[in-house]
Amino acid sequence: MGFKQAFIGFSLVVFLFAPGCSSKSSPRSHSLTIAGSTSVQPFAEKLAEIYMAINPKLIINVQGGGSTAGIKACRERAAQIGTSSRELHPDEGDLTKIIIAKDGIAVIVHPQNPISDISIEQLRGIFSGKIRSWARLGWVDKPIFFVNREEGSGTRDAFEGLVMQKEEISDEALVQDSNGSVREIIANNPQAIGYISFGIVNHQVKALAVNSISPNLKTIKSNQYTLTRPFIFVFPSQPTDLAQRFIDFVLSKEGQIILEKEGLVGIH
Amino acid sequence: MKEKIIEKILTLLAFSAIGVLLLITVFIFKEGLPIILKAGIKDFLFSAKWAPTKGHFGILSMIISSLAVTFGSIIMGVPLALACAITLAEFCPPRLLVFLKPTIELLAGIPSVVFGFLGVILLVPIIREYLGGPGLSLLAASIILAIMILPTITSISIDAIQAVPLLYKEGALAMGATHWQAIHLVILPAARSGVVTAIILGMARAIGETMAVIMVAGNALKIPSSLLDPVRTLTSTIALEMGYSAGDHRTALFAAGIILFIFIMVLNILANLLMRKK
Repeated sequence: MGFKQAFIGFSLVVFLFAPGCSSKSSPRSHSLTIAGSTSVQPFAEKLAEIYMAINPKLIINVQGGGSTAGIKACRERAAQIGTSSRELHPDEGDLTKIIIAKDGIAVIVHPQNPISDISIEQLRGIFSGKIRSWARLGWVDKPIFFVNREEGSGTRDAFEGLVMQKEEISDEALVQDSNGSVREIIANNPQAIGYISFGIVNHQVKALAVNSISPNLKTIKSNQYTLTRPFIFVFPSQPTDLAQRFIDFVLSKEGQIILEKEGLVGIH
Repeated sequence: MKEKIIEKILTLLAFSAIGVLLLITVFIFKEGLPIILKAGIKDFLFSAKWAPTKGHFGILSMIISSLAVTFGSIIMGVPLALACAITLAEFCPPRLLVFLKPTIELLAGIPSVVFGFLGVILLVPIIREYLGGPGLSLLAASIILAIMILPTITSISIDAIQAVPLLYKEGALAMGATHWQAIHLVILPAARSGVVTAIILGMARAIGETMAVIMVAGNALKIPSSLLDPVRTLTSTIALEMGYSAGDHRTALFAAGIILFIFIMVLNILANLLMRKK
């Protein structure tokens, strides 16, 4: 009689509440934690994904939190590898560092914009809201619309460090939450200017030369292009076996090809 | 026996839905309150400086933007929706109504990202070209939201108008009123509480909308001084910044969620009270 329904009802309830308690079974013996820069995070995730496909028994956790937090986590052994998208500070010298790739931040405008060169000072003026018209840069007298990234973005952090230094980005800036959507805005608005990772630049937008040096693989690799930042792995002087093998993979030809495909500039 | 068990199971499921709401409420407050207390309620609500990674947690500009966008959408959307509702309920032949009402309700089923995309592709360039500014603006967001809340307000208003007893209309017509006089002097006042409820539910939808607003509003943090200025609403901030947020920044986003939660609660309670009055 009512048994069937009761059973169905019961199993429904079990089914609804069960997922919460099943996750802790079968712990994997091999795991690696990578923590740090949110700029490096998507690339580290990509590398980890491919490395885990080659080594199915291995689990790699990739976490964000920022460069400083990553270095701290590595020092406290909470993570085996820390990632950073800025150079290490002198007091962080107790860790070993390896540059895994470089990223250029391209300053982009609409292809119709005749300007092709900009200085860091002009860029700072625009983003702090002091230079408001394109006439100041030798074009028509139309307002400049500058596009910023959202609070917490690694690219924004790097831009603030490399360009703005002590000055603040004006709150009049338009805000977009990815390289792609910044590019989309610039591609549709002749008076807009913004910054994105060099790897994301395409024919829809024009990348400006900064201080007369245009961004390309060569100038970024050699640091001639000013808005270049290193992507760094840090680890204790004696990394764990697993960490060492993963680092070797990232630096191998295969790992570097993955990074270049994702839009970074390799180190070889 | 069988009946009882099914009844129990259904009750259990119903309560689990309420339980989820309760859990969400508790969670949002537990996560968000610490930063409000740390920053001080005054600095949190009445400062426009938002730089959570540098220790500034003022959400005033977002509150203003959220309200401005909602208000703008109501101003544009309500006359349109009311006109729709009156036409459909009073002037429309029944055969056409069968076709038109579901069509308007279909508008509610279009995903918000599609509205946002249309806004970016069509509306924003028009505003930029003919009115000036970056195009991504308070105006663009209001227009898109006005279209989005149209079906909500229209269909609830139709129901309210149709719920007015036929006797009222017949009485008015018998007194020599024209059809339009009967509508705006008798039927609309009688349907008022239902129409106001519709508007309030429309507001709740507008203030909570996220995706379409992110795409067309420009998301600048400055307090807008004109319709053509870009704005950043509470919902946009949460969606834009949650990806990389950690620590206090993440807590501050939950705190923004509390304010949003309170707004929507107030609107819903108002709507409920008005409905009961009817």
